[in-house]
Amino acid sequence: MTATSIVSKLSDNQVLSPKAKDMVNNITRMAVIPLLGILGFLLLWSAAAQNIDTSLGKFPGPAAVWEQFGSLYEEHTTERGKEAAFYERQEKRNAARMEKDPDYVPKIRAYTGKETFLDQIATSLVTVMSGFLVAAAMAIPLGIAVGLSKTLNSAINPIVQIFKPVSPLAWLPLVTMVVSALYVSPDPMVSKSFLNSMITVTLCCLWPMVINTSVGVASIDSDLVNVSRVLRLPAMTHVRKIVLPASIPMIFTGMRLSLGVAWMVLIAAEMLAQNPGLGKFVWDEFQNGSSNSLARIMAAVLVIGFIGFLLDRGMLQLQRYVSWDKSSADR
Amino acid sequence: MNWLKPFKRALSATVISATCVGVSFTASVVQAEELGYPEKEELRFGFIKLTDMAPIAIAYEKGYFEDEGLYVTIEAQANWKVLLDGVIDGRLDGAHMLAGQPIAATMGFGTEAHIITPFSMDLNGNGITVSNDIWEQMKPNIPKMDDGRPVHPIKADALKPVVEKYKSDGKPFNMGMVFPVSTHNYELRYWLAAGGIHPGYYAPHKGDTSGQIDADALLSVTPPPQMPATLEAGTIYGYCVGEPWNQQAVFKGIGVPVVTDYEIWKDNPEKVFGITAEFAKKYPNTTVRLTRALIRAAKWLDENNNSNRPEAVKILSQSNYVGADYDVIANSMTGTFEYEKGDKREVPDFNVFFRYNATYPYYSDAIWYLTQMRRWGQISDDKSDEWYKELAAKVYRPDIYKAAAESLVDEGLIKAEEFPDFATEDGFRDPQTHFIDGIVYDGTKPNEYINKFAIGLKSGDKI
Repeated sequence: MTATSIVSKLSDNQVLSPKAKDMVNNITRMAVIPLLGILGFLLLWSAAAQNIDTSLGKFPGPAAVWEQFGSLYEEHTTERGKEAAFYERQEKRNAARMEKDPDYVPKIRAYTGKETFLDQIATSLVTVMSGFLVAAAMAIPLGIAVGLSKTLNSAINPIVQIFKPVSPLAWLPLVTMVVSALYVSPDPMVSKSFLNSMITVTLCCLWPMVINTSVGVASIDSDLVNVSRVLRLPAMTHVRKIVLPASIPMIFTGMRLSLGVAWMVLIAAEMLAQNPGLGKFVWDEFQNGSSNSLARIMAAVLVIGFIGFLLDRGMLQLQRYVSWDKSSADR
Repeated sequence: MNWLKPFKRALSATVISATCVGVSFTASVVQAEELGYPEKEELRFGFIKLTDMAPIAIAYEKGYFEDEGLYVTIEAQANWKVLLDGVIDGRLDGAHMLAGQPIAATMGFGTEAHIITPFSMDLNGNGITVSNDIWEQMKPNIPKMDDGRPVHPIKADALKPVVEKYKSDGKPFNMGMVFPVSTHNYELRYWLAAGGIHPGYYAPHKGDTSGQIDADALLSVTPPPQMPATLEAGTIYGYCVGEPWNQQAVFKGIGVPVVTDYEIWKDNPEKVFGITAEFAKKYPNTTVRLTRALIRAAKWLDENNNSNRPEAVKILSQSNYVGADYDVIANSMTGTFEYEKGDKREVPDFNVFFRYNATYPYYSDAIWYLTQMRRWGQISDDKSDEWYKELAAKVYRPDIYKAAAESLVDEGLIKAEEFPDFATEDGFRDPQTHFIDGIVYDGTKPNEYINKFAIGLKSGDKI
């Protein structure tokens, strides 16, 4: 017998008032069932893990992964300690040099130690968000223009349709080569590897946003367009007052889709191009082949999933807040 | 042809005798009385996850880089190609390289770029591992000691019947090595050929860079950390790779190391530290300073009869360096090597970082790799002995090493007798006799050396 049926039997009990019954139902649906689901998954996972023998030892169960979360955090704090010591040494060295060589202008150099798991998470998040924002800045205006003009639409549509299904990873080698050819500066503001991942993310974020925005703009209620015509609104005002508000739900749908894709692509791109971030963490651990590697990779997998989930929820909240069409956010 | 360019250039220039070559390249390094501050302080070095990257890790962890005023970031690379490209395009300032990489790059085999090396990173450290299945088939052909364990070194003669069986069944006998110009490729070829198994020729002038012409055993490239997994998957039957990936196979129970490179060629040069010639020219102080830090790290690794090795293993097992388990790395780094599971033998010189002048960039080491490139057709035409020496002098830079070593001696950090005697050192080791097939190598006569092999191209041969 499943948990649902037990709970529904309980709530069928006549003692409960209809209101209380609703509440019980809600709590069941919102908390108890998901918890049971997770519990079931954990049980299945540890049972399965027991029976998988890899050449790196047993497949990690939940306990082993939990332990690795602890050790990853510990590594993070040790590394921070080393970082503080690094800066202290550097200051002493700079001071010593200043004494010898008064013209010397001391410069504080960034910590050269390894990136911890938490640093990698931060790097990945920054990369995905910048790639996404750059894409949005290009895709939304383009989408609006395409949605407004049938001619432009027919001109751009074939290109969009061809590039949309391309796996962004196919872009990666091209991006890498182009970036290293064009982005030459002795003291670069951002690193090449960051640019590589960011541009790859941008390239795959663009298309869903362009398409959704243009569809949203093209399908504005003709009444609204007519109102704008009657009022003789100038072009920019038309876009600002009529087009944008009317197509916000579709634009956001496109953005949510894009962000989801972006996150998945970023991890793969980091893995392939050895750019800093969670993907590199996973790949490095795989290469290490130590007895903890699998548990660490599993920990990273859970974190990646959880962050992906949070990003999606975040976009959803933003959409609810901005959009007039509250129902569109629930789709 | 790209690789002909330096040759033609060298010919058109005045013919430089071998002895002046060493001197002629000293000019570009400033040998100031006191070493100046580094011109570039923030550096990024690449490495591949192998235990012989240890000098870089130790120079960082022990603060030797910082002592020189260098702030170094150390970054693992996916494979040797990515690493080399990184150094060439400036993403990396320097890297842990295969000895053949700077030579091949300067010559123009593969990506062309002028890479130099002021510092040789280590001696030995590789092994050849075969899968359990192949090992079972080889075992009857190997003589036994009184206690029933096989006699080492195991020659490829024991593998020959197995390869022949695969060949007559029409099955390809695949083996893995890490890079076409890697020490592992040449060592594996040397071992196979010494046992009468043909490892195949390259023919770059015909566009064939697979190295499988006339081959009995087909060699292909796999990145070091993926070797055990590829062996386990059955894609290859054996491989030649650096540590810890041979010991990893023993731990995982998927293969058996049959021979170490120490047994193929005692005290063979292995990795070097590569930088571009442009970097060395633009930042002379930085170059000398990073060489100083690496020399100190190498010395630390071998100090007091390897007593620092356990600490080094602990550092290397961190996930940002080699990252394999402590026990796996310790097996080879602390003077033992485990062949078949349980058959652990003493190999005190399995990894040598400083003893026997391991860090000095000998021209003769570079020339040995060049002779093997010629032997297997990567250099498709005959070259004069002078050509070998000139190319070696272009890549190997004992002048930078000398500047670094002498300043360390002046500061009292290392004693002069721990280095070669720079006044008399000509960059050629005495003829070396410790090869598995007993052939003697004299670096001053490369062409004569090539003609000694039964399998391989000789003077005048062309594919």
